Amino acid sequence: MLHRILGVLAVLSLWAAPAFAAEPIKIGAVVSVTGPASFLGEPEKNTLEMVKDELNAKGGVLGRPVELIVYDDESDVNKAVLATEKLLKKDGVMAVIGATTSGSTLAIMNKFPAAQVPLVSMSAAEKIVNPVNPWVFKVAPSDRHAVGRILQHAKAQGYKKIAIVTVSDGFGQAGREVLKELIPARGFTLVADEVYGPKDTDMTAQLTKLKDAAPDAIICWGTNPGPAVVARNRAQLGITTPLYMSHGVASKKFIELAKESAEGLMLPAGDLIVAAQLPDSHPQKAQLVEYTRQYQDKFKSDVSTFGGHGWDGLKLVAKAIEAAGTDKPAAVRDALEKIAAFPGIGGVFTFSATDHNGLGEDAFEMVVIQGGDWKIVK
Amino acid sequence: MLSGAPQYLVSGLTVGATYGLTALGFTMIFNTTGIINFAQGEFVMLGGMLSVVLMKAGAPLPLAIALAVAVAALAGALIERAVIRPVGRSAPVNLVIITIGVSILVRGAVMLAFGKDTFSLPAFSGTKPLSILGAAVQPQSIWVLAITLALLAALKLFFSRTIHGKAMLACACERKAASLMGISVERMAMFSFALSGFLGAVGGAILTPITLTSYDVGVMLGLKGFAACILGGLGNPFGAAAGGLILGVLESLGAGFISSAYKDAFAFIVLLALLFVKPTGLFGGPKSDRV
Repeated sequence: MLHRILGVLAVLSLWAAPAFAAEPIKIGAVVSVTGPASFLGEPEKNTLEMVKDELNAKGGVLGRPVELIVYDDESDVNKAVLATEKLLKKDGVMAVIGATTSGSTLAIMNKFPAAQVPLVSMSAAEKIVNPVNPWVFKVAPSDRHAVGRILQHAKAQGYKKIAIVTVSDGFGQAGREVLKELIPARGFTLVADEVYGPKDTDMTAQLTKLKDAAPDAIICWGTNPGPAVVARNRAQLGITTPLYMSHGVASKKFIELAKESAEGLMLPAGDLIVAAQLPDSHPQKAQLVEYTRQYQDKFKSDVSTFGGHGWDGLKLVAKAIEAAGTDKPAAVRDALEKIAAFPGIGGVFTFSATDHNGLGEDAFEMVVIQGGDWKIVK
Repeated sequence: MLSGAPQYLVSGLTVGATYGLTALGFTMIFNTTGIINFAQGEFVMLGGMLSVVLMKAGAPLPLAIALAVAVAALAGALIERAVIRPVGRSAPVNLVIITIGVSILVRGAVMLAFGKDTFSLPAFSGTKPLSILGAAVQPQSIWVLAITLALLAALKLFFSRTIHGKAMLACACERKAASLMGISVERMAMFSFALSGFLGAVGGAILTPITLTSYDVGVMLGLKGFAACILGGLGNPFGAAAGGLILGVLESLGAGFISSAYKDAFAFIVLLALLFVKPTGLFGGPKSDRV
């Protein structure tokens, strides 16, 4: 009996809801809140929720509240696919933000043209936007941008011979492909190509080999802790050849692990970690400082570039809805493609029919580690 | 081309010492109980992680390491008492599976308690490398090799000169006879787990300044340590230590002279080839062959 009453009440409240408030705009998100990729997914989810609250506190989008439906894919590709099905078929969202990892994004992105719903990915793989899928966008910069930024700096220093050492996981091997393509293409010679395992604890053998090839600079591609070991081993072997790291180690953890051997290393990093050093005229500065303050106040932990992807994703969708004047998925997709010079956390976005990433090499600042902190290289 | 050889050798010996210390722990438990303890890598992880945590809590480095090692040894004894002994006389394969379960439990508990980050410890005597035969050697590497050798010597004395050591050897030779001679086989089993915990944790603590540590370093170390055990001959402590050093040097030479992409494969191919020729391992006589 009680069940029946509750059921009737539930049905009544469903009818009644639209009468009291404008119907919410439903946006879905597929995020790796738990599992191995949680160091990416957790700040993303935190940021998504924070931005949603901020939008709703300001009266929502088009005067309607934003409803965010977040599913945790547990860093599992299969679960990401199931969550996407649910968002598209059951929840009826008008746009999806996600997934956290490149593998998951590649697995779910082909569902979006059929559903006629836009997807804004927070993962890095270039294959997501190249070739362009009309319904798929991404906010994380590509490896190509980071490699390009390093080579731009190397060229200015007059380096000719480059050696690379990469980790044998997805991140490292994707980076290695781009490095092997761009190093010769930009007029450098690739003199050595070494690999290490993600769990390796000693890279002196690889570095000794690199040293024998006498490069002008070394580029290391990996995420913690491998690059910290490379930095320590480099100091141990007394190698003075300049060493570039990837954007994969742009966190304080790297400096903490590599200690004094991190001194003088250079890497391309998003503007977020050097926000305070940017000139006031920088288009992103106000945004970056504000996001850092909000996030640290709310979650009592440091901001990361990954959380920034969540900010960019949701803000871009909100902006497109406003520009389109409706939450109809097709109109929002068209509006997304027209967004230009939008200052976000990951960079200044300018989308077009042929560029669904919207970022350039200037999404990265070249930074050097000095006195245990980042410093922008002029 | 050969100019890098001394450096490869030094790197190999340092990494090999890790494998050797893990392998020693495997041997201790196998000799007394006939079990391959797949939680051995977790002892190494505990040694490193607990030292880090205690140091963060304000303990000076030597005290932090001493406490971490003591806790790991205690954990070893506890594992035997709590999960191995109650199962009693099940087939060794069941016990081996239990140790895999324990390793997952320990890893999960450490992850929840201390997080997924990687940590490091300060080196015992600075990081300024010494130059030996053109190879740059970290002072910590010398610490590691010296402590490994000292532990080996201590074990040798323990097994040949003390009543407990001899009792453990007796359990290894013939459980029933040992029990009839008044040796408590159960207590010896517990002691062997504690000793393994101690050895693994010492390894973890002295290596962390070089290799860094995190909650999941035990997986790969356990695997390589087991391989080192097999290479040296299962059941022979000196074979285990030597097997570890050989495996480390093989990996390093393989990475240096052939290709770093096939580093792990290289060591395991040599291991497989050896096992085809001499299934008891390099130093394993037929006596220690007990399955």
